[in-house]
Amino acid sequence: MTPNLSALFYLISGILFILALRGLSSPETSRQGNYFGIAGMVIAIIVTFISVGNFGSGLIYVLIFLVIGGSIGAFIAFRIPMTAMPELVAGFHSLVGLAAVFVAISAFLKPDAFNLGTVGNIKLASLIEMSLGAAIGAITFSGSIIAFLKLRGIMSGSPITFKGQHLINLVLGLSIVALIYYLCTSQSSNIFWSIVLISFLVGVLLIIPIGGADMPVVISMLNSYSGWAAAGIGFTLENTALIITGALVGSSGAILSYIMCKGMNRSFFNVILGGWGATDQSSSSDSIEQKPFKSGNADDAAFLMKNASSVIIVPGYGMAVAQAQHALREMVDALKKNGVKVSYAIHPVAGRMPGHMNVLLAEANVPYDEVFELEEINNDFANCDVAYVIGANDVTNPVAKTDPQSPIYGMPVLDVEKSKSVLFVKRSLSAGYAGIDNDLFYRDNTLMLFADAKKMTEEIVKSL
Amino acid sequence: MEIDPFIFRLSIFILSIFVGYYVVWSVTPSLHTPLMSVTNAISSVIIVGAIIASLAGSSQKIFEVSNIFGFLAIILAAVNIFGGFLVTQRMLQMYKKKKKK
Repeated sequence: MTPNLSALFYLISGILFILALRGLSSPETSRQGNYFGIAGMVIAIIVTFISVGNFGSGLIYVLIFLVIGGSIGAFIAFRIPMTAMPELVAGFHSLVGLAAVFVAISAFLKPDAFNLGTVGNIKLASLIEMSLGAAIGAITFSGSIIAFLKLRGIMSGSPITFKGQHLINLVLGLSIVALIYYLCTSQSSNIFWSIVLISFLVGVLLIIPIGGADMPVVISMLNSYSGWAAAGIGFTLENTALIITGALVGSSGAILSYIMCKGMNRSFFNVILGGWGATDQSSSSDSIEQKPFKSGNADDAAFLMKNASSVIIVPGYGMAVAQAQHALREMVDALKKNGVKVSYAIHPVAGRMPGHMNVLLAEANVPYDEVFELEEINNDFANCDVAYVIGANDVTNPVAKTDPQSPIYGMPVLDVEKSKSVLFVKRSLSAGYAGIDNDLFYRDNTLMLFADAKKMTEEIVKSL
Repeated sequence: MEIDPFIFRLSIFILSIFVGYYVVWSVTPSLHTPLMSVTNAISSVIIVGAIIASLAGSSQKIFEVSNIFGFLAIILAAVNIFGGFLVTQRMLQMYKKKKKK
């Protein structure tokens, strides 16, 4: 196959990838979109085989490894529980990053196979592109590993900070740039290896100060990095499919990070430079005093909701932890039988990744047209009888609207307190991720339900 | 003077960023998790580079260092391609509309 023809096919697979993302604009077109994506991938792989044209013994190994990797991937995809999606995505990002590093290494060791010159005499532009691809890939890999460990709970989710952290990151970042410059003048392989190693280190250092509820930003950011790494390799290989995909994925991740930051009313740099809880804990701990609150049991909750005409459910990360989504759906079914109108309100940063709550509710067979985003539903709280808050905390805190001193001031929150009564399922009165007390607990119209989210919901189902 | 092909690739790259920007903003927030898993799957088109790397050189010496890195990259990318597309499919199957009575 001529290079021109294969370039056209790569363009087609690039367009199919664009259509795959376009399909996600609504759940009805999304499944079709996914098939476009698969078709694009199949075309890219077949065209590559044909254009390399080497049908020797190497081909068999390529197919064997393809099947091995594919079966591992398929196995994971079918077995993974939906609550584990955040760590799965983080894990997958790390693989893209590492694959980019490996391809870059291979191109550096054997540039003639990629038409990039010969060993020790690689084209200048290719050298820059492959070292950038390798560096970003390495950062993506080690950063995603840390994110994976934090989400999985193997590593503590709280931010790890130390003195001079940002200075070290800056120095390491600059040294990568300097090393790329030296690599271009010397073509030395030792410098290439140093770039890869330092980038691995940077990835770790970049992610350890971020944790907990900032995870959605981290995952989106790593998503973006994996795209830029792919684009870097795409430039090296002069491959349009990779360049287009890299740009798509890079901008997709960047937009998601932006949406997540906006959901917390924080700047991107504020998130990157370290944890919330780490900086603001001191200001809140001294103000904790025993304020009166009301608590109730499942029967009270069932009574309130049964007699309501409309109920809004506010799920959060706690629901995912307790795996309460199925019990929740049973409760809603029971309420609907009693003629209660039920809808769900989802805050943009609820959970540990963008759209986390929506997937869990979908898994529990909640129709997606009963699930609403913050802007769509926030006005409805004023007309609703009961708000059932399950596993959410900071995103319902009215302080964000009233107290300019509060660290979460200005963050868009759900106007839960405007509903006639609030049922707040929580294990204790402890503060949320932002390290601040939730004013909502002490309101007159709030009834605290102290229990595990799943157990409480199941008990309510029984009393209904 | 002829235009360097690099400039063409750069143009494709920058235009794709714009396409990505507008396409991703139109993605409904409830599908943000599938968006992440599908972008993950498509960025594994890096397997193209891995295939070239592993088939490089003469077929007598298929296990040179550069080929081995290629093979490893193929495994990683393949996990991602199959895992990414299948898990996206699994998620999208779950999104259902209210049943009409």
